[in-house]
Amino acid sequence: MHGIIGFGGYLPYRRLDLSTVADVAGAGGRKGTRSVASFDEDATTMAVEAARVARRRAPDAAIESIWFATVAPPYLDKTNATVLQAALGLPGECGAYDLVGSVRGALGALRAAASQSGPALAVAADLRTGLAGGPDESFFGDGAAALVVGGDTHGDVVAEVGPWISVTGEFVDRWRVPGESRSRVWEERFGEVRYGELGADALERLWKAAGIGPDDVDHLIVTGTHGRACRAVAQRSGVAADRVVDDVAPAVGNTGAAHPILALVDLLERAEAGRTIVLLTLADGAEAVVLRTTGALVRARAAGASVAARVAAGGPVSYGRYLAWRGILPIEPPRRPEPARTSSSAAGRSVPWKFGFEGSRSPDGSMHLPPLPDEGELEPMADARGTVATFTIDRLSYTPSPPMVFAVVDFDGGGRLPVELTDVDADQVAVGDRVEMTFRRLSTADGIHNYFWKARPCRGGDD
Amino acid sequence: MGSHGITDKVAIVGMACTKFGEQWGMGTDDLVLQAAEGAFDSAGVGRADVDAYWLGTAQSGMSGLVLARPLRVKDKPVTRVENFCASGSEALRQAAYAVSSGAYDVAMALGVEKLKDSGFQGANAFPVPSDGTNRTVTAAAMYSMIVPAYAKRYGIEVDQVKQALARIASKNHANGARNPRAQFRKEMSVEQLLAMPRIAGELSVFDCAGVADGAAAAVVVRAEDAHRYTEHPLYVKALSFIVGDGSGVSDPDYDYTTFPEVVLSAQEAYRQAGITDPRAQLAMAEVHDCFTPTELVLMEDLGFSERGSAWKEELAGTFELDGELPVNPDGGLKSFGHPVGASGLRMMFEAWLQMRGEAPEDRRISTYGKRNLALTHNLGGYPGEMVSFVSILGTEGPTAGG
Repeated sequence: MHGIIGFGGYLPYRRLDLSTVADVAGAGGRKGTRSVASFDEDATTMAVEAARVARRRAPDAAIESIWFATVAPPYLDKTNATVLQAALGLPGECGAYDLVGSVRGALGALRAAASQSGPALAVAADLRTGLAGGPDESFFGDGAAALVVGGDTHGDVVAEVGPWISVTGEFVDRWRVPGESRSRVWEERFGEVRYGELGADALERLWKAAGIGPDDVDHLIVTGTHGRACRAVAQRSGVAADRVVDDVAPAVGNTGAAHPILALVDLLERAEAGRTIVLLTLADGAEAVVLRTTGALVRARAAGASVAARVAAGGPVSYGRYLAWRGILPIEPPRRPEPARTSSSAAGRSVPWKFGFEGSRSPDGSMHLPPLPDEGELEPMADARGTVATFTIDRLSYTPSPPMVFAVVDFDGGGRLPVELTDVDADQVAVGDRVEMTFRRLSTADGIHNYFWKARPCRGGDD
Repeated sequence: MGSHGITDKVAIVGMACTKFGEQWGMGTDDLVLQAAEGAFDSAGVGRADVDAYWLGTAQSGMSGLVLARPLRVKDKPVTRVENFCASGSEALRQAAYAVSSGAYDVAMALGVEKLKDSGFQGANAFPVPSDGTNRTVTAAAMYSMIVPAYAKRYGIEVDQVKQALARIASKNHANGARNPRAQFRKEMSVEQLLAMPRIAGELSVFDCAGVADGAAAAVVVRAEDAHRYTEHPLYVKALSFIVGDGSGVSDPDYDYTTFPEVVLSAQEAYRQAGITDPRAQLAMAEVHDCFTPTELVLMEDLGFSERGSAWKEELAGTFELDGELPVNPDGGLKSFGHPVGASGLRMMFEAWLQMRGEAPEDRRISTYGKRNLALTHNLGGYPGEMVSFVSILGTEGPTAGG
């Protein structure tokens, strides 16, 4: 049996109250919220967080390849998936590939992962922004999702992956020239009609290939780049309305390339065993796949934070700060020297620490962060939790979002690290707070992103 | 094996110190020249009489050329040393050892820093190429962690600690106001200080050392030669330097209420100088008050106060000019300013003035004429990863036959 053996989603902590948009932008916004990646997050860091959850649910899978899809790659020319390989502590033999630039690429990532003989990681992440006051800003969100695909020998299959139908359609409905900060869209009816045809065609082929009909479907997920088309295709699919899965999170927004997988992960975190799922994605064509859940599902999802828990755990960010974080509103930087660029060669020597957050365990049992150069065994500490021993608020240090909150963290099982806190409000930190580690982008200089770890409060939903 | 010190083998016979502060009209060369020439004059020597130079600077230049070029020294060894904020003390230490070894007859130690050309407020370390995982937090923030830690360890309120810190700043400002070389010459009341906005933890800008340009220099010779240069030399009784291994920042047992490197360097200096009761034996101390909580902790680490009682002694005025043991009578880093590489020698310059009766009446230490030993303490780094220097200087030379 071959199928999904691990699954995980990630949503950034911050939520923008969209009712505050119009006061600033003059128009736009809506009731409700969207998810907002922190100033120190990008598609790669969010992908790492989602993949960490997926791997915790498939702990025995020795992943042989990573397929990373995003419309918002932190790097071009340089592969982004290699950052995932390093941050997840995967060995050098693990292949790592980007599928960059379109929502459809996420389905390509999943299809590629599902085609491998060995365990493979499909992960998609996106920052979806758009111009101030526009519909993309209000209906999109930031997030990531990951699936580990493999066979029985790699882990417990929680959902078999059945027939896969791919229908490709070349037409211009949503597009962006590289380097531009926003996408453009054609008038809505054209896309609705084209996607209507493509979606119906894909489902028709899927019923034949799988030998099932709409009545056999327990859960139908329809996502894509054209919200109205998705709703219309679902309505005309023949699947009963109460079996059409509601959008993963109205409080989050459409997370672009991440969204199809995020919706599936969210469903897997709620669905029962023995259920038939159809995932239909409308993006420059239609991709349709059948999945069938197994009895291993319930046990697997006990580990790690669920998408629903992440949705529930959000905290507010003001519209002004959101605009500043995305670079839409240029704000005065701190009057301090900007960070120097990271040395590529020094970073290259430091991969287990800088990306993998591995400390060294000395023979006397003590844990050293960073690892000692000449003693002890490397030990992954990314999943260790800690307690704030003391902390301070630094209003002088360079940070894109002052003030910096800095804490001395004592880890369960030993080890101490003075480290920056993130996803916190400075006035809500206290000695004794429980924290967990999260992979972040500290700064960017000369186009080199400085990735490392920060600590964040443990919030509801994590085990 | 052992650390033996060079008690009474070397003496300081001339010192000088520039005005510290925003020296927009002076570069590193000008500061070096002014301090060196002042020290030559003070010792009654010319450039040709100095056999070797040690230059302490953290980041105002590299190599001995920083001194040799402006002084036009063509034929002498000049060694640039760097040890964080203790670079000036390190220069003196190396010069003293060189003279005591017999390698040279006359040596100069000079510390200089030109901080105000960076274009940024505050002091900023020169970035060494790295993997990007270093702490990015400021020194102020690191030292601010002492405040809640001290309150917690001794069961007092943070506000009580803050009162003591304001007293420290107020004391140092009062002393600096009486010092024409000091960067800040304005007295500050405890109330004014407590009302300042916070920049790091509980600290305000007025809890931090002044960012300054400046230079200071000393001429050292063998003790037996000292009286050829001055009637009132200052004898080196002890020099100690301890560099920790930096493990404090990652040690879960470290609690941010003490600096172990300082404790060790003080013990070593007291051993060399034969001091058993520093509070009673020292006439004065110049200590590294880079931030007010640093001075608070130093009072305990240097053995001036019992553990947990320095905050009360600060409030009682123990370390004020007229107190039992005057600390930072020149205003300290807080008010005199902190041109990194110069500060260690600036501290010794104050001992030079005070112990030889040259400090002006209005900031003369209460102990003048009653005790003959002064301490300077100079540190660099952060709580948990620190270098610490202690010197003991005295007006009494080697006893006959000693």
